[in-house]
Amino acid sequence: MTLTRRGPLPDGDPYDVTVVGAGVVGSAIARELSRLPLRIALVDAADDVGDGTSKANTAILHTGFDAVPGSLEARLVRDGRRLLAAYAADSGIPVEPVGALLVAWNDEQLAALPGLADKAVRNGYHQARILPAGEVRAREPELGPGVLGALHVPGESLICPWTTTLAYATQAVRAGVDLHLNCPVRAVTPGEPHTLATGRGPLRTRHLVNAAGLYADEIDRLLGHADFTVTPRRGQLIVFDELARGLVRHILLPVPDARGKGVLVTPTVYGNVMLGPTAEDLDDKTATGSTAEGLALLREKGRRILPALLDEEVTAVYAGLRAATGQEDYAIRARPAQRYVTVGGIRSTGLTASMAIAAHVVELLAEGGLPVTGAREPEPVRMPNLGEAFPRPYRDAAMIAADPEYGRIVCHCERVTRGEIRDALAATVPPASPDGLRRRTRARGGRCQGFHCGAAVRALFEEARR
Amino acid sequence: MTDTDRPDRTDRPGRTDRTDVQADVVVVGAGPAGLALAARLARSGAGRVEVLERDQEPGGLPRHLHHGGFGRPPLPWLRGPEYARRSVGAALAAGASVRTGVTATGWAGPLCLETTGPAGLARITARAVVLATGARERPRSARLVPGTRPQGVMTSGELFQAVHAHGLPVGRRAVVVGAEPVARRAAATLRQAGAEVVAMITERPRGVAAVPGIPLLTATTVGELRGRGRPTGVLIHHRDGRTGLLACDTVVFTGDFIPDHELARRGGIPLDPGTRGPGVDASFRTAVPGVFAVGNALHGIERAATAAAEGAAAAAGVLAHLAGAPWPQPGPPLQVRAPLVWVTPNRLTGIARRPLLLRSAEAVTAPVVTVTQDGRPLWRRRLPLPASPSRSLRLPPRWTARVDPEGGPVVIALT
Repeated sequence: MTLTRRGPLPDGDPYDVTVVGAGVVGSAIARELSRLPLRIALVDAADDVGDGTSKANTAILHTGFDAVPGSLEARLVRDGRRLLAAYAADSGIPVEPVGALLVAWNDEQLAALPGLADKAVRNGYHQARILPAGEVRAREPELGPGVLGALHVPGESLICPWTTTLAYATQAVRAGVDLHLNCPVRAVTPGEPHTLATGRGPLRTRHLVNAAGLYADEIDRLLGHADFTVTPRRGQLIVFDELARGLVRHILLPVPDARGKGVLVTPTVYGNVMLGPTAEDLDDKTATGSTAEGLALLREKGRRILPALLDEEVTAVYAGLRAATGQEDYAIRARPAQRYVTVGGIRSTGLTASMAIAAHVVELLAEGGLPVTGAREPEPVRMPNLGEAFPRPYRDAAMIAADPEYGRIVCHCERVTRGEIRDALAATVPPASPDGLRRRTRARGGRCQGFHCGAAVRALFEEARR
Repeated sequence: MTDTDRPDRTDRPGRTDRTDVQADVVVVGAGPAGLALAARLARSGAGRVEVLERDQEPGGLPRHLHHGGFGRPPLPWLRGPEYARRSVGAALAAGASVRTGVTATGWAGPLCLETTGPAGLARITARAVVLATGARERPRSARLVPGTRPQGVMTSGELFQAVHAHGLPVGRRAVVVGAEPVARRAAATLRQAGAEVVAMITERPRGVAAVPGIPLLTATTVGELRGRGRPTGVLIHHRDGRTGLLACDTVVFTGDFIPDHELARRGGIPLDPGTRGPGVDASFRTAVPGVFAVGNALHGIERAATAAAEGAAAAAGVLAHLAGAPWPQPGPPLQVRAPLVWVTPNRLTGIARRPLLLRSAEAVTAPVVTVTQDGRPLWRRRLPLPASPSRSLRLPPRWTARVDPEGGPVVIALT
């Protein structure tokens, strides 16, 4: 197993395939490739997997009911949903099938519901139903006044985006993929093999996959392509404390109307409630800061949707950048002559579609001459559960009896035990920062944000790093 | 350890197996209030008194506060850790049991708590449950401070533990947000750890004591945090419209305390909208029969001695309940008018024997307090001390005898 975070890249034969970008999509591709008897590298500029767009996702396992019918995205979301739902069940990734309500607050939105229901059918999704206002209110008693109706999409589910990415990367590394972090790609000299100039020295590879998210257009240009430009679209999100969880039962999605897309209110698998995102087109691909204006806008919209939510404590405010390309579909392009595949324009549906994207990309690589015979099933992976709807160690008498460290709660707000922190620090893909540890365990992710446990958690992290 | 000892290895529990434990009184939280109450109860023959402490060490927040001045009257040489040790010692000597590393995670019934600890899961049933869960500072996220999310942004609670308990580095240039006493302690701790305190920032326009050698920026708020990885600075806004950028690698948010009310809420115990802690009467009774609440869980941070005095004072009500006294009707609520933000107790079910605590959001010199019920004046007095957002006023309780128990809300105002 090879994971490197510093020093020159290892010498040796060229890789058969290198995947640039260890987000949810790049990690899924690396996992898919790891089934083949090939030398695979997965590289990322950040110090952790899933550290870009993937970590600031709205965390929904979509049905694809509202995709553009006939698009590549529609197909990959539909297939990916089935694949990921099964994979999540096998791997311990928390999924909660709470269903979604697209709530209509005005006549225009109400009039749009039949069209959305019809679109769902054209996307092969037949369970969506329009509900009258009374039934919507019965399902969501805390909704603000003025509900006119809703489209119910029972298949929309909550998922943990962090565990998903980490499960893919863990399985890939265990199956022999070399994961190189802190490894930005600065230039590409095309050839047989290609030579990538990285921040940690040259890397040679026969085939190349560009899953660089926000930077996919820049990697494309290094290979002479200018199909699309990524415009970072900032989405600010407010996360409310677990005590808000009882206020909402479904994913409350906005109905798109002439005034824009609106914001959603959704529970998370961690038992929080999330409000957002904003949608701001920016130039700066590092502008992941929240703004006073963005937060004020979210609070105003959130108050309309779920008034009582605003009285609850906020545990986190963050902003993610989505890779908008101005196109209606994923920009997945194969250049067989260059032995190169670009996976661009992956929107928030990319988490759902990730496994189907990976399978699709391997087919495209085969067209470029990659030998894809001899695939074997990867060793199953079992991830620590971060989901509130599933047994967690602090409530598991058998786990505690076998190892009392699972009974020592360190992070009290999120009930994270020393045993879980120890496991994460010793895992196949360990965290590189306290934030990475939080994404793996939830430690110091709660209402006190480390007032009680922050120093203790940091001490455990520093101790493991020594 | 007794009942919750680890089950025999040959008899491995199932996932959800819980050991059943009985007690007369369960106190949740071994801080100054919980320990003082446990000591008083155990000494008064309350029977089996169990104090649950989720941390590995008992004693509460004073463990992390290394300045002197603890105790009542304040003793300059008595530091927090020693005060904590004495509180624990007193409770143990009185016969209370203090279980550390045990978290009350929720309720299995009206007077039945579920717990998790290294010895396993338990279910503790008691005749009285006391919430002494303390308070915490509201972090940057809850204050909705925009900007990036670098490491090195923390509350003072984390700072004290990082420096005193774990010896972790805290950066070189720090900005302290807040100017209450805890902010000055944070500044001192940062300096002790080798950091330069670039500035202390407070929204308050005046009435704030500066720390020698540290610029104090009044009428100023944090507009934005900058930097990734580590902070590079904070953007500040002055009330007059000026803005500036303070370069720093550490930001400590202090004050803005809120009761740790999670267990109360999970038990359906009504909170007071002003304190955000469980609403109680003058005998520390919540609205739920058999459940009491004491200390900083009621109102955010007061001095340790104040919390301990509340804990000790609650013993009478707990003992009466154990002896079979009926749980009183809710009684008239106590309400405050701006600039007051909260009062404890929150309801009156009889005559109060201790001063009421009252907090103002603004500094007021020579405040006059008026108390009315249904338009009828009950009390009016000019207080000898100024009102301050960082210190509670104490109202003498004698006027509570004039409250009509069948009447409407009792309203406290400041003029």
